[in-house]
Amino acid sequence: MLVPTVVLSGIGLLSGLGLALAARAFAVETDPRQEKIAEALPGANCGGCGYAGCGDFAGAVVRGDAKPDDCPVCDQETRRLVASIVGLTVQDRAPQVALILCQGGDDVAAKKYRYNGLASCASAALLGGGDKLCGAGCLGLGDCQRACAFGAVEMTPSGVARIIPARCTACGQCVAACPKDLIKLVPAEATIHVLCSNHDRGPAAKKACTVACLGCKKCEKSFAEDPRIKVADFLAYIDYEHAPVDPALAALCPTGALVYRAAAAPAAERTSS
Amino acid sequence: MKFSGGVHPAYHKDTAGLQIEAMPLLHRYVVPIAQHLGAPGKVLVAKGDRVARWQPLSEPVGFVSVPVHAPTSGTVKQVAALPHPLGRPMLAVEIESDGEDRPWEGLAPLGDWRTLDPAALRRAIQAAGVVGLGGATFPTHVKLSPPAEKKVDLLVLNGAECEPYLTADHRVMLEQAAEVMEGVGLMMRVLGVSRACVGIESNKPDALAALRRACPADVAAEFVLLETKYPQGSEKHLIYALCGRRVPPGGLPMDVGCVVQNVGTAVACLEAVRDGLPMTERVATVTGAAINVPHNLRVRVGAPLLDVLAHCGGVTPDVGKVIFGGPMMGIGQFDMDVPLIKGTSGVLCLRDDEAVLYEGGPCIRCGACVDACPMGLVPSAMGLIAERFRFEELGDWHVLDCIECGSCAYVCPSRRPLVQHFKRGKAEWRDILEERRARTERDAKRAETAATA
Repeated sequence: MLVPTVVLSGIGLLSGLGLALAARAFAVETDPRQEKIAEALPGANCGGCGYAGCGDFAGAVVRGDAKPDDCPVCDQETRRLVASIVGLTVQDRAPQVALILCQGGDDVAAKKYRYNGLASCASAALLGGGDKLCGAGCLGLGDCQRACAFGAVEMTPSGVARIIPARCTACGQCVAACPKDLIKLVPAEATIHVLCSNHDRGPAAKKACTVACLGCKKCEKSFAEDPRIKVADFLAYIDYEHAPVDPALAALCPTGALVYRAAAAPAAERTSS
Repeated sequence: MKFSGGVHPAYHKDTAGLQIEAMPLLHRYVVPIAQHLGAPGKVLVAKGDRVARWQPLSEPVGFVSVPVHAPTSGTVKQVAALPHPLGRPMLAVEIESDGEDRPWEGLAPLGDWRTLDPAALRRAIQAAGVVGLGGATFPTHVKLSPPAEKKVDLLVLNGAECEPYLTADHRVMLEQAAEVMEGVGLMMRVLGVSRACVGIESNKPDALAALRRACPADVAAEFVLLETKYPQGSEKHLIYALCGRRVPPGGLPMDVGCVVQNVGTAVACLEAVRDGLPMTERVATVTGAAINVPHNLRVRVGAPLLDVLAHCGGVTPDVGKVIFGGPMMGIGQFDMDVPLIKGTSGVLCLRDDEAVLYEGGPCIRCGACVDACPMGLVPSAMGLIAERFRFEELGDWHVLDCIECGSCAYVCPSRRPLVQHFKRGKAEWRDILEERRARTERDAKRAETAATA
């Protein structure tokens, strides 16, 4: 009993000593600031900054390849902290959330064929742009949901993606994942949105989806003096720099493509957790 | 020589005995500008213009581009994005026929190809809008212009027609044998080769006999009867079967000294030179259990699908699927407003009970797809990777060498949508390669600026 114990302990001690020496001899010099930054970052490794993860991004900030505010997920506080570690300052930035510019679920949008392949939007989009009659519409197979590291995308029962603003960190991964380019980052405090991306003329758009923007210009006319809502190429769009806030505006829209939504909560408490 | 892999689907060549019949003139044609691989041409006509038959509707932009021509005389109704067999609306010219079928005055026949310069022949072939009629619609003049460093010594004529149901090439070989062989001579002259090889599947010995009989004395062609096996008509497999050369991965037939042309393309080249006629018609097989009167039709490019089906007695009430091309590689159509285009080798109408939609199951690792893959790939493993969206691994499995023939999906007992996985996988892998290339370029540029600073 004694001999094996001593032998095994001896081996353990020797190996430990070897490891300790190796750690000294082959130590990799890291900038202490890199660790500090990595600690401050959200740690979700979402890739929203374009780097492999938070550690990689921290290294890039220290090297000067990335700017401290390139992390889209950080709140303002963290951004300032990261900047102070490398001795820089950052400008305040309005918090953003992702928005899916389509509400064409199976209950309102027509289909042009039956799709039964791989359950991925990008695969379906290879077949004539997808099964929706609307050439722009959400295919509902969840590529954005899979891309989201924060669980901020849900699929509605009618098969269209929806962002949960309270969870969205505006990292932009869903924007990149959508093969139909339907997702956009908008200011979190904006309340009026055009949830349609269809550029077809009125009759064609109506045939494809009952909640499509027809380009009727009713909303634009009510803001004749103002650039906040414009209709271009049969689709209304909002200038989010001067976003309108009047809930009554949404009621003007004959199809419901123009919607009012309460402003999303600021991102601060979402990322600190 | 036999290639490994491949499958033996039920061939259903029921229309092989039907003579080619010319489709009567229609009231309306929709001619898409993009009917070839490469840059779409620039539109030359506008709404309200009067056009004559064979008049160019577009002009090529660049080398890998061909024009399209008016299938009949009439008035341009609109130039707009209209339904296209590839699934998305594309720019097309709609022509309302005036019933006169008046020919264009600008036709310029060059006469006998034997006395003409290869460059002039090539120009005439491009101006006539000739593309490969096998289905891939690659501009023919490009294939006939191999770069100087590629020594081409063999023209391969593809008469395999390995897709089930299709008999258009078979009928062309029987009924236009002399023109096919003249076209072969013409293309040999353009390429400057002294040898041609004609490959035909063993289920069409009559076509081989007809071509051999019709071969002019000055065209040095060999005729080879090949095993009847899908995909015998694939360029790479045809070359291997005929002369044992292997096209390297990512390479082209010209890398092993070959150029492959379809039999219909040979006729089109001859007509372009001898008569100055642009490619405004092709032979297409309209067949399947759900069409009332199957036909081998000479149909003008731009003829709306509904009119073609109506000419063939219409579809039966139990029609389940309409496919452009054959059942293995054809494209299912969801919009009956699409026109037939240069690449439409057939219209296959399947009954509802034939066009079953299978839910793909999990891979059971049986390896049937590995045996069936004519490219020697491992579809089972590639499918599992693609299913998990790990596209960056697909390059190691040589996904870009997949020819999308569908043999793997055909034999899969689990009915997995393998070809769809690989189509997606190829697109994603190309994106990854492009991204890597861009990153290397960026890093090199950054290193350069750092060095100078």
